[in-house]
Amino acid sequence: MATIGLDHVRKCYPNGLEAVREFTLGIADGEFVVLVGPSGCGKSTTLRLVAGLEDLTGGTIRIGDRVVNDVHPKDRDIAMVFQNYALYPHMSVRENMSFALKLRGVPKEQINSRVHKAAQSLGIEDLLDRKPRQLSGGQRQRVAVGRAIVREPKAFLFDEPLSNLDAKLRVTTRAELKALHQRLRTTTIYVTHDQEEAMTLGDRIVVMADGIIQQAGPPLEVYRKPVNRFVASFIGMPPMNLLEGVLGRDGDTLTFVEGSIDASGKPFVLAFPAARADALAPAIGKPVVLGLRPQMLRPASAGSPTTVRVPISVVEPLGDLIDVFCSTPKHARLVARVNAGDSTAALRPGGEVLLDVDMAHAHVFEPGAFGKSIG
Amino acid sequence: MGVERRQGGHDSGAGREGGGARIGSRLGAWMSLAVIGFLYAVPLVWGFLVSLKTPGQASAPGLGVLPRFEGEGGDPSLFSVAYWSRFFEQAASNYRDVWTSPIADFPLYLRNSLLVAVLSVLGTLVSSSIVAYGFSRLQWRGRDAVFTLVLATMMVPQAVVIAPSYLIFRELGWIGTFAPLWAPAWFSGASSVFMLRQFFLTIPRELDEAARIDGCSHVGVFVRVILPLSRPALAAVGLFQFVASWNDFLGPLVFLNHQEQYTLQLGLANYYAQHGGTPWNLVMAFSTLVIVPVLLLFLLTRRLFVEGVATQGLKE
Repeated sequence: MATIGLDHVRKCYPNGLEAVREFTLGIADGEFVVLVGPSGCGKSTTLRLVAGLEDLTGGTIRIGDRVVNDVHPKDRDIAMVFQNYALYPHMSVRENMSFALKLRGVPKEQINSRVHKAAQSLGIEDLLDRKPRQLSGGQRQRVAVGRAIVREPKAFLFDEPLSNLDAKLRVTTRAELKALHQRLRTTTIYVTHDQEEAMTLGDRIVVMADGIIQQAGPPLEVYRKPVNRFVASFIGMPPMNLLEGVLGRDGDTLTFVEGSIDASGKPFVLAFPAARADALAPAIGKPVVLGLRPQMLRPASAGSPTTVRVPISVVEPLGDLIDVFCSTPKHARLVARVNAGDSTAALRPGGEVLLDVDMAHAHVFEPGAFGKSIG
Repeated sequence: MGVERRQGGHDSGAGREGGGARIGSRLGAWMSLAVIGFLYAVPLVWGFLVSLKTPGQASAPGLGVLPRFEGEGGDPSLFSVAYWSRFFEQAASNYRDVWTSPIADFPLYLRNSLLVAVLSVLGTLVSSSIVAYGFSRLQWRGRDAVFTLVLATMMVPQAVVIAPSYLIFRELGWIGTFAPLWAPAWFSGASSVFMLRQFFLTIPRELDEAARIDGCSHVGVFVRVILPLSRPALAAVGLFQFVASWNDFLGPLVFLNHQEQYTLQLGLANYYAQHGGTPWNLVMAFSTLVIVPVLLLFLLTRRLFVEGVATQGLKE
């Protein structure tokens, strides 16, 4: 086990593509860090840089106290689980799992006991003599994890290890990975494009876009206090509603005015509570983006400065929860996730709903895809 | 006889794949395959049948399929024991004559051919797979240009190369030895490199990467991962090289001097030329014996050809 340090890491490909522009992050011993972001954001490249499968263009990578910039992957003492598992097709499960140990000259009895122990902990003992092609997707995934843990490496690197599993298996395997980490406490870097996976697995999540860290922090902190519009829209399900407009003042009250006038001529206006006035004051009169999580909207019975009446286009019942798809006067998508118990009888497509907006927690961003969070 | 066996093989193969409803639409394909198969088989089968005949019958006009035995005992019926005992007697005598011929040392030529072919196959497999690894797995400046150049050498006919080669081998003192016949194979061949490279490219890179992390160097990745997974391609390349060496006539003709070094092809030509009045039955028996090792080798490696590429350790 070891700490991992990435300091001003950069990766440029010969064709000029800058996959990782600037990546600085310290990972504590035993920590589970998830790199998350859309495809092409540089998360997999970063992982491959740590593994030594790609050469750095700039910066330093440390594993433990050692700078590993020029260290061969085999000498970094890390284990990696690949998206497609990369099990050696010509070897049995046992041979796959013992391959690395054999190459390192570990005595045979020790290899056997370690393979046996790992197989037992993953419930794959009876598969040891099978070839990978005789295994199901879930079994292959376990073998790939097993191959990593028999190594007892300083760190685990996971590259989207669950994305080839079906939805149900993905959820159970995710829980198993988390349990595994809690048991072994091995430093782990985990790459995924699935924000839910990131939120549930990580001690800390690192949201990346365009080769740059957008935000790094504990999952709930990133969820509650996204530093910019990109992070806000990437983390959270269903995605955050984003309304473009301006910050206005109505007497003593700060208001958000959506960028246009609705069909009946009424402006779409929402009032902020007084407590937020100081923080938001500098942006008065400027264009902003209002970020509302679907959970911040709930049906109301009477109008108020924080309610809006919107038309419903689609209703998706999920069981205890219902997703209500509406649109604002400016035709921005507005999704509300409401409790099925909350006076939902009248929610039907083509109808209207009066929604109360939790303006105390609403996010305000500067304009642009990476607009910073204000106040 | 031989033709029937071939067609029988086709039928059983087709029956395995066939869904009843599609049989009609596949009939055309089967028919054309049968016709093409027949055309390919005719010379082989005809040669084999001639190798069973008496000298007189072998050179007689007409296309008698089975040997006939006229003379002393008359013409025995096809369904009599007498016919078949004469039949096997004649066949055995033809093949024995070839094997023990005073003008062609068949066992020696066989040994020479095997030596040259086996060394060539080994050389091709070792050298071409290493070169193919370099072209498929290593990044280096000018790689694709060099690869194109390698491919271009496939366009140069053997006849053009043979004179300069002769000069080189003469300088090396190799004329009159087997070396010119097998040594070049150890410097890889364009078509083998091409086939292996294409195959290596189908092996997912993650396997190399997993192996590198597990502790392999490039040599380790090559020997422990790439080669074991490339058995079908290696078998194909090996077989092609074997057949090429086995059938090579020009090379042995130009580079060998002494009759005790002859390969089977050269021996066959010599055997044919030295016989006055061409005993076709014996020439065909010689030819049949020359073909047999290649057929055997094909039968032995056929399973590998059809064996799919085993990448099932990866995602579906």
